[in-house]
Amino acid sequence: MSIKIKFFASLAESVGRREAECAHESGMTVSSVWRELTDGQALPDGVLCAVNHTYCDLEQELKDTDEVAYFPPVTGG
Amino acid sequence: MAIRISSEPFDPLDEIRAHQDRIGEGMRRIGATAMFVGSMRDFNEGEQIDAMSLEHYPGMTEKHLEKIAEEAVSRWNLEDVLIVHRVGELAPGDPIVLVAAWSAHRAHAFEAARSIMEDLKSSAPFWKKEKAASGDRWVANNTPGRSEEFSR
Repeated sequence: MSIKIKFFASLAESVGRREAECAHESGMTVSSVWRELTDGQALPDGVLCAVNHTYCDLEQELKDTDEVAYFPPVTGG
Repeated sequence: MAIRISSEPFDPLDEIRAHQDRIGEGMRRIGATAMFVGSMRDFNEGEQIDAMSLEHYPGMTEKHLEKIAEEAVSRWNLEDVLIVHRVGELAPGDPIVLVAAWSAHRAHAFEAARSIMEDLKSSAPFWKKEKAASGDRWVANNTPGRSEEFSR
């Protein structure tokens, strides 16, 4: 089983992909997954994140099969 | 209560009419309808904008808009709420968003429509990319929601 990862808008462009997957490990958090996928880079200021379609903070622990998303400040409406 | 994400152009007045048809006899209890329509401008930050694309997060966007509408329903005395938001490729003049609130009295309808709109602006996952003369660019921030916050 694994975790599904999504990137949106300008962040998808800077990361160079819109989706990824990684194997679940216990103790994984939203920020540790980001570091793993970006060769250890810090999450840029202002980036928002969500787990299973709900906003979360960076230290939220991830469960197997969770969907985590990273995106820039929102500009709808 | 209805939430709709539209990848096609929509007519806000048609949306209002269709929703009021669904409310039906319930319209007899409603004394106030407040609606806000946001449309695409052909200028931003001193430049002409020829087109815009609007991205969203399918699944989360709908869920988040439902949460915003439900919070409004629990805070004000509302008979109904409608939110329609466009995604995809837009042209100047196209409606982007419609927020409508129906209530027995105007205070609740006005305040709820404004609050829903501000919550949507600050937290609903949508992103605008403009096609300007100088090239494509992501919109970095939304403009303020209150006139006193505008510097011009």
